Amino acid sequence: MSQPSAPSDVPAGGTAPRRATRMGGSRSTRMGGRGPRHPLARFLLRRIGVAVLLGFGITLVTFVLTNLVPGDPVTANLGQRALGDPAIVAQFRAEHGLDKPLPAQYLTYLGGLVRGDLGMSQQSHRPVLTDLAEFVPATIELAGGAIVISLVAGVAFGVVAALRRDRLSDQVLRVVSLIGISVPTFWLALVAFYVFFFRLQITPGSGRVAPDMSAPPGVTGLYTVDAALAGQWDVFSSAVGHLITPALVLAAYTIGLLTRFTRSAVLEVLGQDYVRAARAKGLPGRVILFRYVLRSALVPIITVAGLAFGSLLSGTVLVESVFARPGIGQYAYKSATTLDLPAVMGVGLVVGGVYVLINLVVDILYGVIDPRVRLS
Amino acid sequence: MRILSRLPEAWRQPLAVVGAVVALAWLVIAAAAPLLAPHDPLAQDLPRLASPGPGHWFGTDQLGRDILSRIMYGARVSIPLTLLLVVLSLLIGGALGASAGYFGRWVGEGIMRLADLVFAFPTVILAMVVAAALGASLTNAVLAVLVVAWPAYARVTRGLVLGMREREFVLSGRLLGFSAWRSLRVDVLPNVTGPILVLATLDIGTALLLLSGLSFLGLGAKPPSPEWGAMVAAGVDVFDSWWVATFPGLAILTVVLAFNFLGDTLRDALDPRTARAIKERAL
Repeated sequence: MSQPSAPSDVPAGGTAPRRATRMGGSRSTRMGGRGPRHPLARFLLRRIGVAVLLGFGITLVTFVLTNLVPGDPVTANLGQRALGDPAIVAQFRAEHGLDKPLPAQYLTYLGGLVRGDLGMSQQSHRPVLTDLAEFVPATIELAGGAIVISLVAGVAFGVVAALRRDRLSDQVLRVVSLIGISVPTFWLALVAFYVFFFRLQITPGSGRVAPDMSAPPGVTGLYTVDAALAGQWDVFSSAVGHLITPALVLAAYTIGLLTRFTRSAVLEVLGQDYVRAARAKGLPGRVILFRYVLRSALVPIITVAGLAFGSLLSGTVLVESVFARPGIGQYAYKSATTLDLPAVMGVGLVVGGVYVLINLVVDILYGVIDPRVRLS
Repeated sequence: MRILSRLPEAWRQPLAVVGAVVALAWLVIAAAAPLLAPHDPLAQDLPRLASPGPGHWFGTDQLGRDILSRIMYGARVSIPLTLLLVVLSLLIGGALGASAGYFGRWVGEGIMRLADLVFAFPTVILAMVVAAALGASLTNAVLAVLVVAWPAYARVTRGLVLGMREREFVLSGRLLGFSAWRSLRVDVLPNVTGPILVLATLDIGTALLLLSGLSFLGLGAKPPSPEWGAMVAAGVDVFDSWWVATFPGLAILTVVLAFNFLGDTLRDALDPRTARAIKERAL
């Protein structure tokens, strides 16, 4: 994540820091090159193309990886006794298309994909799409909560550290953010669970709502939103309560990351001539900070925030397993350990899709924040 | 070399000193574990789940093993493997990135698109798939982390080499008749090692976190190995005996933190922007 900025021309979901990261103060943020008929249409087309290629690549990588290696989904899914019966093994292979040659298996999968069919999960015996629809909302709630917490805390910490550079508070924040980056997520989750739930009993336990409550009527699958829509405020507060600790734990890493990046981005802007000019003409510090400094610094900050979302999704695997939240991380874990190929590819596609979407949002935000990006 | 002349500045930073001392301490513990550990890490002869106290300062686990001794022996599992992992991904990623940057378009494009694909996958999920497919073992967990770790090096090395390739002294070397390989080895590589080493230092922490994370999920070290992530996982089952999970986790935290302290200071020392700021202040 925290690599030195290297020139990288990366179309795949724009996973590299995009061209608008302004290291060394250069401000050339041009999009695209020759003769666009309609810049927005070109841009969107390009993005959709990249998304399709990325999805194709993700399925191909997962497929090749899981087939090159010795693991066998049959042994991973069937019990000892069933494995001894050749008829059952053959039936399992036929049912999941495992008896066909590999390229044929892959083409069958792609054919289904085009029709919106992600295949059947070998583990849950349900369509992967149904599984995903059930598990994705819990993760969206968790990761969304974590990214909001990280943005608020990370940007605030970073601004304070930059404004008070080399003072005590800067040093303290530096250590705190490094601890945030260094702490093992799974361990922090356990400690938080032990301290806040088990000892102090100020947060609710595992799951998405209290055990004696039933899930709110499903509209979006997000318990907080569904409960609010249905006016079930007790369920709403329980769902929010169950969200806070895991989201905080998940946010630890990204808070650290955003603090470091915000600090250097703000420092960079603070040294610019127009900030010095604003200060010289006697504008109040608050105006300088919000209208001049933060607005410019936000471009690199949201770039990093977009990238950080990827590490958040990684973290959900560990956090969800400790807090027993039935999300996509848990689902990914279960499908990976049972070599449930369609499910793993489904997870990969969802996550890859989220990447593309986040990058699109980040690109649009560039234009909102920085008019120069829009003009060019 | 430029990098070496900036190092003394880094050493004046208290964070770097703390990081170096802690990292060194862990290396000593790993090397001297048989001498330092008060008990056999595998012997199950102590009272079960005894809380921390004299005789067993970090308590004992559910099988009556001394946790302090297990953590000390665990350093011999986790730290060498992590270092090996980082060195391997640096060599593989660095070599691929350097060839992508220096040699032709097609090779380079191919390598970088592969790197992009790995980047688009969340690391833990991809590593999990690889580890699960290879079968749960510590070696396979290392391989899995390797699969997700090399692209960062490839990308950074390629960027640096690309920038370096057009520099005048490299071009003049080529015009004097240096072979591509000699030019890469003599002119380019020495000038790109600094930033890559910083990345590697920062990556030691990430690699350890990922490796112990896989073990925590049951995809790495197998019992009775005193691997730290697996030890934290063992603590999940005996939740109210807090010491079982707490101390191994602290071990991971301190190692990762030490290398991040070091890497962070090194980066500041090597980053021209920070160096400029320091110089401006000195004037």
